[in-house]
Parts: sequence; structure tokens; C-alpha cells
Amino acid sequence: MAFLTDRKRATGLGSAKSGTEHHWQMMVSSVALVGLVPLFIFTYGYALGMSYDDAAAYYARPFPAIVGILTLLVGFLHFKGGVQTLIEDYVHGFARKALIIGSICLSYAAAAAGVFAIVRIAL
Amino acid sequence: MVQLTLPKNSRMTTGKTWPRPEGANNLRKVQIYRWNPDDGKNPSLDTYFVDMDTCGPMVLDALIKIKSDIDPTLTFRRSCREGICGSCAMNIDGINTLACIYGMDEIKGDIKIYPLPHMPVVKDLIPDLTHFYAQHASVMPWLETKTNRPAKEWKQSVDDRKKLDGLYECVMCACCSTSCPSYWWNGDRYLGPAALLHAYRWIIDSRDEATGERLDDLEDPFKLYRCHTIMNCAKTCPKGLNPAAAIAHVKKMMIERTV
Repeated sequence: MAFLTDRKRATGLGSAKSGTEHHWQMMVSSVALVGLVPLFIFTYGYALGMSYDDAAAYYARPFPAIVGILTLLVGFLHFKGGVQTLIEDYVHGFARKALIIGSICLSYAAAAAGVFAIVRIAL
Repeated sequence: MVQLTLPKNSRMTTGKTWPRPEGANNLRKVQIYRWNPDDGKNPSLDTYFVDMDTCGPMVLDALIKIKSDIDPTLTFRRSCREGICGSCAMNIDGINTLACIYGMDEIKGDIKIYPLPHMPVVKDLIPDLTHFYAQHASVMPWLETKTNRPAKEWKQSVDDRKKLDGLYECVMCACCSTSCPSYWWNGDRYLGPAALLHAYRWIIDSRDEATGERLDDLEDPFKLYRCHTIMNCAKTCPKGLNPAAAIAHVKKMMIERTV
């Protein structure tokens, strides 16, 4: 039993003086995705069913390629922030830190793989 | 990891069914969570039958009648019996509310009464609100001033006073915080809707001079940003307040001073 006062338990380690940046980043990426996701569906949907050569030629054009790359980058940035929040909500202790590191690695790896694929098709 | 099942010693068992009052025709079945820290048993759901012809209309009336006429060991908090003190907050028919202002006619079927969810239970319907009150105290729920003038009355415009409407009415019953999943999982660090509503009440007060320090203290991924706008707080508040809106205003002010 630790003889801590109720106030000390409630105050804990005090304020981290952070969180607003994360909140703002999530809001900005949400707004960006409102525009990007329909554009991505439109461009990607247009290329669906094309032959490989036609799709490669289509993605060699700047608009579909840039929309695809931006959607992947912003999407996985948003994913990274969202998953971190989710982990913070439900997982405690060392597992929380390990899973957050894992989710950040996964997000950047998935974004890099997606961008590499589009660049490879486009060029 | 969050605990999604109850520990063995918290699992509910079927409790005692108390006899029906003799000669009563208008009976209502009331099931109440019972737990006594002294007997070492698991919590149980006791069943009572209340004669509605001799009972008041509110859930608190039924509880008082049960305690007076049937089972004096039933334990619950109550004081003002008019929704001002917040003492009789409990989970009635699945909703956190005040027993004194919740009419039994609003409930279809049996009346089920539990203590406020996800709080340590002291006994029967009494939750331990120690941490909840300490969190409230940590937001400095008082006027902080740095200048010593005016020496007497600190005036406030009518418009500025209006900003406190929907905030000052909170009676700290804890219905909102104990209905919030974020508070369930991270209540040790997340301040919860009630404390944050009170924090905003002082942040927005035109006479308070510690606005920056108050925002500094709240800027934390857990203290403030565990609120995900689930809105259970606004749905359950027996006073009809909207803590989620107050929290959203605090977040807006955080961005205001950053961007």
C-alpha cells in the first residue's frame, strides 16, 4: 500500500504539455482525406480493368499518380495517429509502448511500399 | 490491457427474493445490486416487490420504501431528493441518473438498479468517488486572480455571465464520467467529462486570470485528449448538460493558441 494522497494520485506526473499537435494533425489529415479519398476512388476506379500497359500509361500521368501517392501518405499518417490513440486507449504498460512502436513502423513501411509501387508503375 | 470481463469475486449471483407485501395489489418488481464488503461473498441481485399504492413516484421513493419497510440493510446515498445534491446517482434501467428525479413510470418492466459503473463499490449502491473528487479538485475549481484590483466586486457583463450557463449547473453526481468508456479504461489519467466541464467553466469565466495555466495543465494526451466525443456524457447527464461540448471548446482553445 502506498500512502499517497488522493490529490497526488489524481495529478500523477502532471501535464505532458503535448497532445494538441497530435489532435491538430488528425484534424488536418481528416480534412485532406475528405478530398483525397473520392479522388483516389475515382482515379483508381478508372484504371480498374485496364490492361497492364494502359494502367501503367494512365499512372504515368501526373494527376492519378500524385493523387495516389498523396492518398497513401496522408492515409497512413492518419492511420498512424489513429492506431496510436486506439492502443493508448486499450493497452497499458510496456505492451502499449511496444505496440505503438510497431504501429509506427507498420505505417511508414506500408506508405513507403505503396509509394514505391506507384512510382515504379509511373516511371 | 483493459479488463473486458469481471474478476471472479465481482461476478453477479442471484440474490434473495424478498416476500411480496401482504394485501398489495399494485406491485412493482425491483431488482437491486447488493454487495457487502464484510461478508466475503460475491455481489448479488436481490429482488423486492414494492406496493406502488403506498409509494412515491420516483425511484428514490421506492429505495427509501424498501429500506424503511422491507430491508433496512440496503445501503445508498441520498440527501436533497430534488436533483440538486447529486448524491443518489446510480445506474437505473441501464442509464446513469439521479434516483430522486427519475420516475418509475419511465421504466418498462422490472426496475433494475446498480451502482454507477466501473467504480470501486463501497457497499451496495455506493461507489467510491474519492478519485473522481480529487480529479475535480485538480482543475482548481475556483476563481484565480493575479491582480489585486478591483479590491471588492469583480464585475462581469451579462454576455460573459451567459457563457457559464450549461456549466455552473453541474452537481458533480458522476453520472457522466462513469458512463464514459474512455474514463472506464483510463480513469486514472483521463480527467473525465465532469472535471473537464468544471475546468472549462473556470477557463471561460471572464474574471479568471489563470486561463493560460489552466490550459497548460490540461494539455495532455490523457488528461484531455482521451475524449473521443463518444457523447455518452451528454446523453446520460440528469441535468441535461453537455460536457462533450465543453471539452470540444477546450480543445478549440488549445488549437487557437497553437495555430
